[in-house]
Amino acid sequence: MPQIFHPRINGLTRILLVGGALALLAVACVAYFVDRSPYLTGQGAVPEQPVPFSHEHHVGGLGIDCRYCHTSVDRSTFAGLPDTYTCMSCHSQLWTNAQMLAPVRESLKQDRPLVWVRVHKLPDFVYFNHQAHVTRGIGCESCHGRVDRMPLMRQAKPMTMQWCLDCHRHPATALRPKDRITAMGYAPAGNGDALLHQYRIHTDRITECVICHR
Amino acid sequence: MRNQPRYDPYQAAPGWPNDQSARMPVEGTVSRNQAVETRPTTLPEPLSRELLELGRERFDIFCSPCHGGTGNGDGAIVQRGFPAPPSLHSARLRNAPLGHFYDVISDGFGVMYSYAARVPPDERWAIAAYIRALQLSQHGSLEDLTPQQRRELERQNQGGKAP
Repeated sequence: MPQIFHPRINGLTRILLVGGALALLAVACVAYFVDRSPYLTGQGAVPEQPVPFSHEHHVGGLGIDCRYCHTSVDRSTFAGLPDTYTCMSCHSQLWTNAQMLAPVRESLKQDRPLVWVRVHKLPDFVYFNHQAHVTRGIGCESCHGRVDRMPLMRQAKPMTMQWCLDCHRHPATALRPKDRITAMGYAPAGNGDALLHQYRIHTDRITECVICHR
Repeated sequence: MRNQPRYDPYQAAPGWPNDQSARMPVEGTVSRNQAVETRPTTLPEPLSRELLELGRERFDIFCSPCHGGTGNGDGAIVQRGFPAPPSLHSARLRNAPLGHFYDVISDGFGVMYSYAARVPPDERWAIAAYIRALQLSQHGSLEDLTPQQRRELERQNQGGKAP
């Protein structure tokens, strides 16, 4: 019976085996980095909005507190988006003829809400509560970045589970005193452990699955 | 999993009025914690440090953009052209009852819009109490200080600081 395989096949088999393993590894590596890249996490994305609202102007320039517009941030899971009436508290008197604000005036006149585009979106299987964070020492800036430097709203952080856990495992470094929650550019004073105690944060519990997946 | 069949807050709901999933309450709806009796004539809870601290926080958030941090009516928005509100330290407003400030927050006044949707009733009372504290602070005299505070102030003055 003649040989089915030529002796040279031995070498080719080795090359194929090693090459196949390397290719698998390469695919895994690429998948790992693509999964964490801004392309998939949405980090840095700036969706187009019905009105080019500038946090830089309102927060950085005028010094308006976050809670003036996001009123439910400290008493609800949802931070709250201002209604047209809130915009018009000032813009009934200021920039009343600005073309840029025409959709706001139209919204008030027709009693139809503005259709803002959501910038920060967590998957539906994640439970997140704004009240629980801002009343226990986590500043707005920790997750939303320096909004006082954002002419247009963008997603500053990756919002991945790894990123959530980085803080849930070491919350002390992110904690602020109660009166600095909405401050921008706050530098931690190094009193994280005292604040952990003050806010009664149980570090052993906040890494449990059920804290966010319930 | 990532998108479950439910509405997130304020998510669009095509087919409903204005494509909104968040419905407007029926006319005359009373919210769960809303007081149905008429508003009390003055502060419904005892005056405490916590209440004043809350009042200060909420005043700084909602009032100071126009009324200014001390209530002089020179806030950042006024400096950008918003009509200046009257100072909170005028004789008229110093003699106004606390309920007046509560009502103005609830219903608005002149070009000031209503803040009823943004400031719940207990916080309106806290802000009213804090406004009274601000008024007292702007009309304090040397006699109001304890002997120790007075010595402290005089010591600072001798240190070259203006009174």
